[in-house]
Amino acid sequence: MEVPILKQGHYLIASIQSALTDADLSQLREALIERVGRFRARGVIVDVTALDVMDSFAVRTLRDIAHMARLRGAETVIVGIQPEVAFAMVQLGLTLKGVSTALDLEEGLAFLNVQTQVRIDRGPGRLDRG
Amino acid sequence: MADDLLIPITADVDVVTARQRGRDLAAEAGFSSGDQTVIAAAISEIARNILMYAKRGEIALSLVANGDRQGVVVVARDQGPGIRDVPRAMQDGYSTSGGLGLGLPGARRLMDDFDVTSDAGKGTTVTMKKWRRMNA
Amino acid sequence: MATKGKEAQSPLPDPQAQTESTAALLRELVAHLRQNRTQLREEWARRITRAQLLTAMTEEEIFAEATSVYDNYVEALETGTFEALQAYARNLSERIIPRGVETHEVVGIVLLLRDVLARSLFGKYHEDFDKLNRILDAYEPAANRIANTVAVGFVQERERIIRQQQEAIRELSTPVLQVRERLLILPIIGVIDPQRARQLTEQLLRAIRTNRAKVVVIDITGVAAMDSNVANHLVQTVEASRLLGATVIVTGLSPEIAQTLVTIGVDLSEMATVGDLQGGIEEAERLLGYKVLPLEDLTPKA
Repeated sequence: MEVPILKQGHYLIASIQSALTDADLSQLREALIERVGRFRARGVIVDVTALDVMDSFAVRTLRDIAHMARLRGAETVIVGIQPEVAFAMVQLGLTLKGVSTALDLEEGLAFLNVQTQVRIDRGPGRLDRG
Repeated sequence: MADDLLIPITADVDVVTARQRGRDLAAEAGFSSGDQTVIAAAISEIARNILMYAKRGEIALSLVANGDRQGVVVVARDQGPGIRDVPRAMQDGYSTSGGLGLGLPGARRLMDDFDVTSDAGKGTTVTMKKWRRMNA
Repeated sequence: MATKGKEAQSPLPDPQAQTESTAALLRELVAHLRQNRTQLREEWARRITRAQLLTAMTEEEIFAEATSVYDNYVEALETGTFEALQAYARNLSERIIPRGVETHEVVGIVLLLRDVLARSLFGKYHEDFDKLNRILDAYEPAANRIANTVAVGFVQERERIIRQQQEAIRELSTPVLQVRERLLILPIIGVIDPQRARQLTEQLLRAIRTNRAKVVVIDITGVAAMDSNVANHLVQTVEASRLLGATVIVTGLSPEIAQTLVTIGVDLSEMATVGDLQGGIEEAERLLGYKVLPLEDLTPKA
């Protein structure tokens, strides 16, 4: 199942709707990285609220997305990890080290606004801050 | 209760099916949502191991009772190449596939009982269980 | 072991024949107990009262329970199956535990019943010592197993209740407090075992989500000791909180615990620690962008 990616201002928002196969996750990674370049995005939000489990492949893919997006000039934040999912992740030893996380979409946007503040202020045009 | 739920693992979509069935079974048996998630994550790891190393295999899910404890039993079987060095495969960070190397050791950390038998050239069977106290 | 000293009467009996004769003897026994039901039951109830057992119950209640136990007892002897008795024992325990009936009382009354019945067997067979012996050989193992079943059922029920109460106490003893918007405090007091640690984490993670917390202060001033398991759990709690977008500050690490953690080599590099709870809250407020000022600083200077 393809994950819809919305463009909002200088941010890309990938909102996962249901359980994903490994192929879906890899496809999401490629789509996001391609679009970061195409839209010159400054921030990426991956909303995982709908995921009821995250295993090593999912976590590795999210980490890769964050690292690759950073290389292409965008900051990534993962939002909406459920409490049970977070606890199972740390028991598995998956801590998403070096990747930013936030409670939900709203917090993720606030986080990106702070992170990209300087660059936006210097940027060519003003942004609407949804 | 004795019937095993058999899920053939031949493609990545089967990994998703297996972990969802495992979660449903755990929920039916009264496991907490935290434990359901843990069981689903462990199934996901070993089901993916089947795909990566053996290409095909199956996962059997069942419930057992032992005194005042109830358990979810997950058995993953394949006829793949087998694991040459089981103790080493159980170490964190050991992977021959370029993965995170968390498959087996990660699943073991999540579950209460964990057992691997493997014959080089004949296949691998992983048996793991998660327990909960009944009426508690 | 049970046959020691009885070789004289039955040297190595054929096991098949022995089972058959045991069954026949048990049938005879059951018939006897059925015939004398009223009298034996009354005798037993009298002995219970005299031994001052089940003092929490009235005489009528004792007699009613005694009747049910008696009938279940005879049935277990007759059928050799213990499921019905087990279920009855659980049900009985459920009813009498809240009334303060103790383990020794339950064990006591079952043993009394065994004695009452044994005496009645002595009375019936005292003229035929050989027969009495064989009857007792059949009766004793079954009677002991019955006593066991009832006692174990009672103890299991008690343990279940104790476990439930422990759960309740645990829940009560780990409050997650919201002190400011988006700031939670988790004061941990007492002994942490793996189960409690797990529960604490689950509670905290849920609270982070429902309160939309951004900073959590975990104060472990009241924790006496910590082993590597619990320490690793604490690290996991901090990591899991971060996955939900919350920063954790740990306060109140005693010198002993600090020393233990360093000695056992727990990786605390990812954990923010502040000496005491007050310092932790100040740090949390700073992270949240609060600034606490004395009132006089707020009054406009003339």
